[in-house]
Amino acid sequence: MSHLLPLLVTVPIVGALVPVVLGARRPVLSRRLTAGVLVGQVGLAVAVLVAVATTGPRTYVVGGLPAAVGIGLRADAVSSVFVLLVAVAAAALSLTVRTDTTGPTDSLWLLFVAGLTGIAVTADVFNLYVFLEISGLAAYALVAGRRGTRAALAAFHYLVVGTIGATLYLLGVGYLYVATGTLAMADLRVALAAVGYDSPLVVTAFVLVTVGLGVKLALFPLQAWKPDAYAAATPDVSALLATLGSTVPGYALVRLVFDVFTASFLDAVPLVRGSLLVVGVASVAAGGFLALRQSDVRRLLAYSSVLQMGLVVFGIAIATPAAVTAALVLLVANAVAKGGLYAATGVFAERFDATTVDSYAGLGRDAPLTAAAVGVALVSLVGLPPTVGFAGKWYLAVAAVDARAWVVVVVVLLSTLLSLAYAGRVVERLYLAPAGHGVEPVAADGGGHAAVPSGDRAVAFVVVAALATVLVGLGSTALAAWFAPVVEGWL
Amino acid sequence: MVGSRGAYVVYALLVGIGLFVLVDDDNLVKKVVGLNVFQTGVFLFFITAAFRADGRAPLLSATGPFVNPLPHVLILTAIVVGVSVTAVALALVVRLYDEHGTFSERAIREARP
Repeated sequence: MSHLLPLLVTVPIVGALVPVVLGARRPVLSRRLTAGVLVGQVGLAVAVLVAVATTGPRTYVVGGLPAAVGIGLRADAVSSVFVLLVAVAAAALSLTVRTDTTGPTDSLWLLFVAGLTGIAVTADVFNLYVFLEISGLAAYALVAGRRGTRAALAAFHYLVVGTIGATLYLLGVGYLYVATGTLAMADLRVALAAVGYDSPLVVTAFVLVTVGLGVKLALFPLQAWKPDAYAAATPDVSALLATLGSTVPGYALVRLVFDVFTASFLDAVPLVRGSLLVVGVASVAAGGFLALRQSDVRRLLAYSSVLQMGLVVFGIAIATPAAVTAALVLLVANAVAKGGLYAATGVFAERFDATTVDSYAGLGRDAPLTAAAVGVALVSLVGLPPTVGFAGKWYLAVAAVDARAWVVVVVVLLSTLLSLAYAGRVVERLYLAPAGHGVEPVAADGGGHAAVPSGDRAVAFVVVAALATVLVGLGSTALAAWFAPVVEGWL
Repeated sequence: MVGSRGAYVVYALLVGIGLFVLVDDDNLVKKVVGLNVFQTGVFLFFITAAFRADGRAPLLSATGPFVNPLPHVLILTAIVVGVSVTAVALALVVRLYDEHGTFSERAIREARP
């Protein structure tokens, strides 16, 4: 299976044609084939993971060209985890949480998967731009999939900001090319050291690339598009975007900083490291405080992501193996918890017409299973044991203490308090508040049985995601050990 | 390389003008135009970086100097991406116009239920 890596990208792209061709005339067949492609993608991702586990990192050059000329693909221990995360989340969300089952959405779903998988496996900085835009275009159109002005306007703003971010990234790639004459990550790593890390061209390229990806991550002050887009989309789309939309660009940022620019660059240009720390502090503070002020739960969760991405940036800025591992674990933790939480907002909105924090009052009694799963996922976001969120924060705090970065230690502790405050608001409403005023179950259910079947599957997804935060948390040592060889190779 | 210095100034101007229109203008169609101007500035940067005085197309002649072909290829790809973005953006603008009969973002925000 030497063609495993290109298949990862081509299968979902070609699969995206199926709903376009068949969607209108044979909707059932089209749905089944789409599900088949998504499940097949999970199989491919598992195969890549197994191949990496048995024979080490795999590389592939498209078209059989020499590596210096061709477009490279590469899967190592880190990227294979993110490929698997994309495949599993996209397949599971499509099979359980999807509410709108039309052909165009299927097609966009697959294009989104193709773009993100491409970001995870590419070994070429320009190709990263193309995949960034493929996933971006699919995301804009997915947000616009809901009827009404709000979704169209939110999608338009998302498109404008996302395109500015991607274009700034492209400009950064241009500077890299002017400085070095190559676009392959492995060659850049060597060539940049030869050019000199403090060359203005290289520093400018780093700033442009980081700002471009920072838009996708929604780091403060580039986060304005995120709450609008996530709150305006349908619940299934916002669950997909919240799980993967920022996670994979976050992985790309880690990869570019350490695989292309390397930690020596951060050492050579202290101003860059300082700026990263400032951006991290600003994102944690702004994300936490803005989350506290939100009445809409989906906007609250979007700001919580801003906070989490601030922690990821801390991991990048500290740049020790433990800190980079923490950044990667935090990305996985945020993805799993947010997927479950956004799916749960869909369940609550559909069954109880509840979208604000206040309207969640008493839902702990009316929907005990979903509410309990929401509680567990929130615990992971706050970072309490035994969840994966705790593992990420623990690694980060230990790495910060080791690096004597006391500011980071303080901010990580403060971030836990802020997270506790906004998560506490939701949990308090769910369990302690008296049943809501005028909040009636929308589905006329005697004992919760009459809800639509898709809702039951969505509940199953929420529960599985909550369990996953605990299980990955218990296995976090294994996860960190799996990342270790790659991370230590970078540093 | 006298000409290329001038091109770098134009690149900076295009990027600045594009961003200014994007941020400042209330008209959604003009915002899309601003986005295109912004992207075009970046394309110009790549093409300028590839420029050689008296350079030729590398396929048609055996003797140099040649213009670097790689940035041109990259920009062809980026132009295709830009066209797709413009298409999606205009589709959204048309949808908003159908609902509200205006391209003004402020008017659409105020009319929104």
